[in-house]
Amino acid sequence: MNIIFSLTKRELVNYFTTPIAYVFIVVFLLLSQAFTFYLGHFFGRNEADLMAFFSFIPWLYVVFIPAITMQSFAQEHKMGTTELLLTLPIATYQVVIAKFIAAWVVSIVALLLTIPLWITVNYLGDPDNGVILAGYMGCLFVSGGFAAVGICLSSLTSNQVIAFVSSVLVCLLFLLCGLPLVLDIFQGFAPLWLLDTISQFSFLTHFASLSKGLLDSRTLVYFVTFIGFWLYANTVILEYKKNAG
Amino acid sequence: MDAIISISQLSKHFNGITVVDNLSFDVQRGEVLGFLGPNGAGKSTTMKMITGFLTPSAGQVLIEGMDMQIYPTAAKRLLGYLPEGAPLYADMTVSQFLHFMADIRQLEGNYKKQRLDYAIDKTHLDTVLHQTIDTLSKGFKRRVGLAQAILHDPAILILDEPTDGLDPNQKQEVRQLLAEIASEKAIIISTHLLEEVDAICTRALIIAGGKLIKDSSPQALRSQSPSGRLDDLFRQLTSEKQTRN
Repeated sequence: MNIIFSLTKRELVNYFTTPIAYVFIVVFLLLSQAFTFYLGHFFGRNEADLMAFFSFIPWLYVVFIPAITMQSFAQEHKMGTTELLLTLPIATYQVVIAKFIAAWVVSIVALLLTIPLWITVNYLGDPDNGVILAGYMGCLFVSGGFAAVGICLSSLTSNQVIAFVSSVLVCLLFLLCGLPLVLDIFQGFAPLWLLDTISQFSFLTHFASLSKGLLDSRTLVYFVTFIGFWLYANTVILEYKKNAG
Repeated sequence: MDAIISISQLSKHFNGITVVDNLSFDVQRGEVLGFLGPNGAGKSTTMKMITGFLTPSAGQVLIEGMDMQIYPTAAKRLLGYLPEGAPLYADMTVSQFLHFMADIRQLEGNYKKQRLDYAIDKTHLDTVLHQTIDTLSKGFKRRVGLAQAILHDPAILILDEPTDGLDPNQKQEVRQLLAEIASEKAIIISTHLLEEVDAICTRALIIAGGKLIKDSSPQALRSQSPSGRLDDLFRQLTSEKQTRN
């Protein structure tokens, strides 16, 4: 545990001594607030909730989380520090978990800074805070899931741009797979159970139920399994790279 | 006496190309082994396999009787490694980096402080402790790499071109440091510099085309050279091998 803590601390030093974390946090806050107030018509809706805010968050995360994670392994590969790291007496999974936690922490810090919006809603009206809390949990799960994808794909390349673009695409795929846009492609030939399965993978479906305050155990299992799968795949990739050099 | 490092029938192939070919040798405590060979001879690849960064295609690496593939964490605890080019975390200060390495090596309390002081003192890093690594000269970076390798007082040191980029005075200091600690450790150094073999190695191992072609003391090697010079013998042996390949 101490090792994971030390590794996470190093990752966070990297995020916060370089402009990465600050740029991410500032731009994320600016865009999320701009979307909430202008596109989401926060005041115009005249309702004491944060739906106008939550509805844009997964879309912002599709771009912002890969922007945080793109350097996690790609930069190590480029600088040659993977060799330093993986010849230390630590398990590969510890490195993966530490990088995941650090990226997740950066996104959580950004999310926590949106709490004034929650306070504003409480000041202006009488919202259901349980629903808002569930919405924030949904944001945590989505950012965790995307961070796990981004870190895993970053371990495949030493090029940060490739890591970023591929992560955006995969995250987008998991975000959209419950929408007619994707399901219609399968509609003609796929059996119903397959369509159901594909839509079950959609982040939007799970996030929508959370942001309405429905905390379903299946949603929890889905996100935990999703994150676990990508972190495991990441460990396997790094172990495999030892064969290939 | 049991060997502290035992390499048997070690091979590595990359995409059908044999880089290390059936290499076997042992290293005892107190030995300083000079690993010699032309560029592309397989020196660094062998070192990467000894330190567990690469998985051998065939063969075995035993570190104090422990198979690197089966007990990687325990085996790596006994190693101090300076990879080729001394990759480091450029965004950290020297002090942050060495503390990070000490934490990962699980050094604690007084012992941690003592080892940090020792490594900093021996590599003369006290003047740059609070500088970020990316602002350091090549020589200082190499010394930071050396400091992290000796930090935990490992029984085995694997150093890939440790004096590359150092000026003659700094080279002399590194050699002196290695001579000081050599009696209780097993040290493997890869180098192009034959003078280095003369200066610090108790044994020299010449490889070319991934194969072991000479394993002898520097004195015995010199006696085999018609001119009495190591570099003439090195040229003769490695060019023969390259011609045969």
